[in-house]
Amino acid sequence: MAIKRPKGSFLEKNLHIIFPLPAVVFVIVMMLFPVLYTLFLSFTNWNLTSGMPLSIVFLKSYQKVLREPRFIAALGRTFSFTALAVAVETILGMIVALILNREFRGKGFTKLIMLLPLVSTPVAIGIVFNLFYDPTIGLANFVLTRFGLPRQAWTGSAATVIPSLAIVDIWQWTPMIALILLSGLASLSSEPYESARVDGASEWQIFWRITLPMVTPTLLTALILRTIDALKTFDIIYAMTGGGPGYASETLNVMAFKYSFEYFRMGQASVILVFLFMLVLFMSLLIVRMRKSLEL
Amino acid sequence: MKSKLMLVILVVLTVLSVGAQQKEIRVLLANHPYGDLLKAAIPEYEKATGVKVNVESLQESQLTTKLTTEFATRSSTVDVFMTRPLQEAKMFYKNGWYEPLTDYDFSDYPKNALDVATFGNKAYLVPLVTEWEVLYYRVDLFKKAGLSVPTNFTELEMAAKKLNSADIAGFASRGKGAAAVTQLSSYVYNYGGTYLDKGKAVFNSKEALDAIRFYGKMLANYGPAGITNMSWENIMPLFQAGKVAMWTDASVFYGQIVDPTKSQIPAENVGIANFPAGPKGNTPYIVVSWGMAIAKQSKNKALAADFIKWATSKELAKRGMLANITMARNSAWKDSEVRAKIHPGLIATQEYAAKNGIPYDRPYMSAVGEARDLIGEVIIESINTGGSSAKLESLARDKVAAVNSLLEDTGEYGVY
Repeated sequence: MAIKRPKGSFLEKNLHIIFPLPAVVFVIVMMLFPVLYTLFLSFTNWNLTSGMPLSIVFLKSYQKVLREPRFIAALGRTFSFTALAVAVETILGMIVALILNREFRGKGFTKLIMLLPLVSTPVAIGIVFNLFYDPTIGLANFVLTRFGLPRQAWTGSAATVIPSLAIVDIWQWTPMIALILLSGLASLSSEPYESARVDGASEWQIFWRITLPMVTPTLLTALILRTIDALKTFDIIYAMTGGGPGYASETLNVMAFKYSFEYFRMGQASVILVFLFMLVLFMSLLIVRMRKSLEL
Repeated sequence: MKSKLMLVILVVLTVLSVGAQQKEIRVLLANHPYGDLLKAAIPEYEKATGVKVNVESLQESQLTTKLTTEFATRSSTVDVFMTRPLQEAKMFYKNGWYEPLTDYDFSDYPKNALDVATFGNKAYLVPLVTEWEVLYYRVDLFKKAGLSVPTNFTELEMAAKKLNSADIAGFASRGKGAAAVTQLSSYVYNYGGTYLDKGKAVFNSKEALDAIRFYGKMLANYGPAGITNMSWENIMPLFQAGKVAMWTDASVFYGQIVDPTKSQIPAENVGIANFPAGPKGNTPYIVVSWGMAIAKQSKNKALAADFIKWATSKELAKRGMLANITMARNSAWKDSEVRAKIHPGLIATQEYAAKNGIPYDRPYMSAVGEARDLIGEVIIESINTGGSSAKLESLARDKVAAVNSLLEDTGEYGVY
């Protein structure tokens, strides 16, 4: 049945434009504009400490920043933090999901508890973990010494700061991976399992040959989400160490923050952000492609 | 259709103009004891003047970030704000973000406090709070160990050694790179060095490096674990928990150290002494840590000027002193009620520092944030090696070159 439209009504004629308009405007104003403006700034030498108006220098800021040892170190740290955190989260998340996929009493309650880290505020988590990690009065060293283990400097030493921060990330985000995987596991059909058991396969073989391949698409989805997020981690690092000691926990995002709001080198900070944006985009595309090739 | 549109515009304009008639100003304060005091007192001001004061309180670095973004994007509606003269005044002045204060009476302020408020021949901010470096120490631990309060670096080290135990750190001071720069400054001065001399970086001089090595040795041997990631906010809880015997830091923390709701150490066990002397005498820093200014972009300058006069008044300065906040006004220190109440250690150390101190605790330059990080690298290297690093000289030389190029970039090299 054709809908009759009253002639001459602007609204009626253009409904197909007007209804999606708020969303389109939102995306342009809140997402596209900042990205494009950052890109523009990255070609300038805008620097507030000089008191000079900005001028366009094209790729000069890129040449300067991308060659700095501090930038390269931060890039490496961004990767090592992400790799460490996401790898442990995936393995732990898988184990937790496998456990939760069985029937037991209090399963619903356990799942509820697992949601708590996800809904906590990152800065609050950072402050609590800082107290926990304090080498002198913190709980972490108290527990270690109770078990006769040596005290650790945790975030107080360049050698242990990245793993210490990764632990916080793992604490917060393992439940998310577990819950995603759990939904993947729950949707698997039971037939392959039954036939495998009839054929006398061991539990390990079942996991390795049946569960893992079947859950891989879900696993990769979780991996994409976490990798993108971990590459961009800012809140807990800024709240806990501010990138220290020295620059020992400075990732690209933290470095960009310092460049913009502590050094006021807006142009160069934009270079770092454009680079990080490209990096995240590239990593996401890579994982998406990997996922597609696995599904073929 | 057209007349309807006109009506809507008319209504909007009327609403806006009525809104504008209710006098309002927007004030940005820091999460600082004086900011808190003002926030509590503002209802009195509103009642007396009928002006509505919209207050926002921010942590100090977030305050700088917020002001910078608002001013730089020229979208600010801030009228009055708290500002850190040594950290941001040069940059704010250069970018034209401060309104000159032409009819403010500055006669009640010490001269060195006005130095950092003045550019050219105009004052741009009102000094609010001063702070200087002191030695906090545990009276009970000193008594138990039979020690007297150290008056120089040699005695400081001996006392730290004697008081240091598995449970209590003999000595603490900021170790977190950039944050440590300000507290290290008095050590550098007392060894005869400085950060900037005549607009050039000189913290690789023998005197400055001796100070940095001493600082590193003290913190490595007698400091709490993880010191290279510790600023005052990490050391204070340790002191309050009784885990630190001596602590050199800004005078401003005394009130919080002895706050019985936060500290396990009774007030009578916390002593305040002059910063210890070094090989080249004793000239600790005494700085204006906070000031207050009017924004150039403000559209309510008359209201802002009236507010700033009230917010920096003698009466409020006295109230600040009674709350253990060390105010910049001379009259606040002479008030008899204040002198009767405030810790004699604070009065004595203020008098000493006001007479002998140096009004800078960091390299005074626009790009100070980055310069502090660069000096911080040298400090951390020194702490990590217990002051014995063989490459400290070359590291400091590199960082001096980097700070000099920052000075060149901002047109401040050799200018003083």
